Amino acid sequence: MKIGVLLKQVPASDARIKIADPSTGIDTADIKWEINPYDEYALEAALQLKDAKQASSVVVLTVGGADADQRIRDALARGADAAVRLDDPAFEGSDCLGIARILAAAAKAEGVELLLAGKQAIDGDNAQVPGMVAELLGWGNISVVDKLEFADGTVKAWRASGGGARDVVEASLPLVITCDKGLNEPRYASLKGIMMAKRKKIAVKGAADLGLDPSTVGAAAALVVEDNWSLPPERPAGRILEGDDATRVKELVRLLRDEAKVI
Amino acid sequence: MGNGILVVAEHEGGTIKKTAYELLTKAGELAASIGGKVSALLIGADDPGDLGAYGAGTVYTVTGDAFTHYTTTATVAALQAAIEAADPAVVLAPASPQAKDAFPRLAARLGAGLGTEVTGLEARDGRVVARRPQYAGKAFTDVHIKGDLALFTVRPNSFAVGEATGGSAEVVALSVDVGEPKVKVVDTEAPSGDTVDLTEADRIVSGGRAVKSKENFDKYIRPLAASIGATVGASRAAVDAGYAPHSEQVGQTGKVVNPSLYIAVGISGAIQHLAGMRTSKIIVAINKDPEAPIFQHSTYGIVGDLFDICPLLTEEFQALG
Ligand SMILES: Cc1cc2nc3c(=O)[nH]c(=O)nc-3n(C[C@H](O)[C@H](O)[C@H](O)COP(=O)(O)OP(=O)(O)OC[C@H]3O[C@@H](n4cnc5c(N)ncnc54)[C@H](O)[C@@H]3O)c2cc1C
Ligand SMILES: Nc1ncnc2c1ncn2[C@@H]1O[C@H](COP(=O)(O)O)[C@@H](O)[C@H]1O
Repeated sequence: MKIGVLLKQVPASDARIKIADPSTGIDTADIKWEINPYDEYALEAALQLKDAKQASSVVVLTVGGADADQRIRDALARGADAAVRLDDPAFEGSDCLGIARILAAAAKAEGVELLLAGKQAIDGDNAQVPGMVAELLGWGNISVVDKLEFADGTVKAWRASGGGARDVVEASLPLVITCDKGLNEPRYASLKGIMMAKRKKIAVKGAADLGLDPSTVGAAAALVVEDNWSLPPERPAGRILEGDDATRVKELVRLLRDEAKVI
Repeated sequence: MGNGILVVAEHEGGTIKKTAYELLTKAGELAASIGGKVSALLIGADDPGDLGAYGAGTVYTVTGDAFTHYTTTATVAALQAAIEAADPAVVLAPASPQAKDAFPRLAARLGAGLGTEVTGLEARDGRVVARRPQYAGKAFTDVHIKGDLALFTVRPNSFAVGEATGGSAEVVALSVDVGEPKVKVVDTEAPSGDTVDLTEADRIVSGGRAVKSKENFDKYIRPLAASIGATVGASRAAVDAGYAPHSEQVGQTGKVVNPSLYIAVGISGAIQHLAGMRTSKIIVAINKDPEAPIFQHSTYGIVGDLFDICPLLTEEFQALG
């Protein structure tokens, strides 16, 4: 079984976000990029399946520019066998459905049977792409998984089902699974891994290589358009309560009841 | 081209959730501008409760064995059938684990645009425009959906529930052919507590690293939460140290919450924690360091020792009755 890992680079989780232009988006000048943290869980899950000889190989799939290569190299250094970066001027301005079309075509071209992805990318926080890929491929999907077992082509997974409950589900391949924190502890690249990764190639493919109709992706095909970027509304300065503990606690309860009206 | 708004009404064992009334209230406002009727969809239940009173003219119901427990296959089929029946311009669902799972598939199947986790909705020039956080709430954007159908999942507690002024709804049972689900539910693990799930909770009390042990967490944080019927949350530091389970983590790699009241106890206010709770309406911080960043984001702050403050506050809350 060959596994595809959907991997995206995102601003580090502690990045300060500034708006470049309200109509286009954030200022990326000072941003430090990282592998989307949830994609690290997906990559680790794939590598563990390979370590356990349940997967033959792991290929990383990324829609993005050459600036993503460092993150892809990191994934290769951790143990992924191959990587394909999907890059084409026709891809620019794609919405989630466009990205999903590109990734679905790439997954088909690579002949993978299991796609592991993050539960969401912490830039747009959309949580859309993997479910869309599953639909486009006609595969089953399991979202937000924090425990996974795999035996004889059958996957058993634990996922949140709302109200704090969890479902235990079973499915057979092919599948798209999205990964949550708790699934595993992502490994770091070893020195040997870093050296080996230098010899691995990152293949770059465009619409023509994938047999993808360019009019179905990119800005022109996008159904979702975002604008009016702004920073979150400022909170008015908080009120620090004064007095001894008992006084402050009483005052807090009074404020919550009479001023904020939340209790 | 459709018109009007279809609201996905979620329920817990047949009892309709507050999110349904939040969405119906908003849908009524929007429909007044964009035109068309408001309808609702109930999956796996057939008692429309107060959906009519809150503005749903029609309630579509889908029942049967395939719908007693959530599966992606069945829910997407039900949504598709309801959209065919109601022919809406806009579909609103709560950003619940189920909707977050089903809607991307639905969007791809119908070739429709989807905006997830939106926190604002507004009618502009006859269309609905959403507002949503990105970068964990560090930025916000408007979301415009092109085409005939716009799909949105909405964060719970984003809108107030209005007055029940409507009448009773016409109930239309839809028959939906589900086929074999690709992913089967073999077991369900019940929630650990009996409180509302964090993502839907209206009140949350969270503890951080400063709580120091699981015993203290159980002794100081849980009773404080219980005293106001709040759901318990935790920082990642508290979860990683084993004071609370991961299901209670709030933040970038935990749950995103949107309560009316969030009380942060012994939590510094790291950017990844703020990512999960910054849209809370009222934030209270209890921290012994006056310089803790959490105070810059809180409505009310007490600079003090949590081990002194928590018992006093629990007592005062209990006294409210
Ligand atoms: C990729 C990534 C994802 C992350 N995701 C999350 C996430 O989802 N959620 C999350 O919470 N964090 C997350 N973090 C971690 C985050 O950066 C912080 O490390 C974490 O939030 C700190 O938890 P804390 O506030 O409990 O602990 P600390 O930062 O150690 O703060 C403890 C606070 O308690 C105060 N204090 C100490 N003693 C007392 C006392 N007796 N009484 C009152 N106050 C006291 C201190 O003044 C201090 O402000 C993430 C980090 C990364 C890199
Ligand atoms: N450009 C991309 N390239 C590769 N994978 C992606 C891309 N965008 C999204 N994904 C995958 O889809 C997941 C969810 O992303 P999103 O739907 O954007 O929140 C991510 O965690 C990735 O695994």
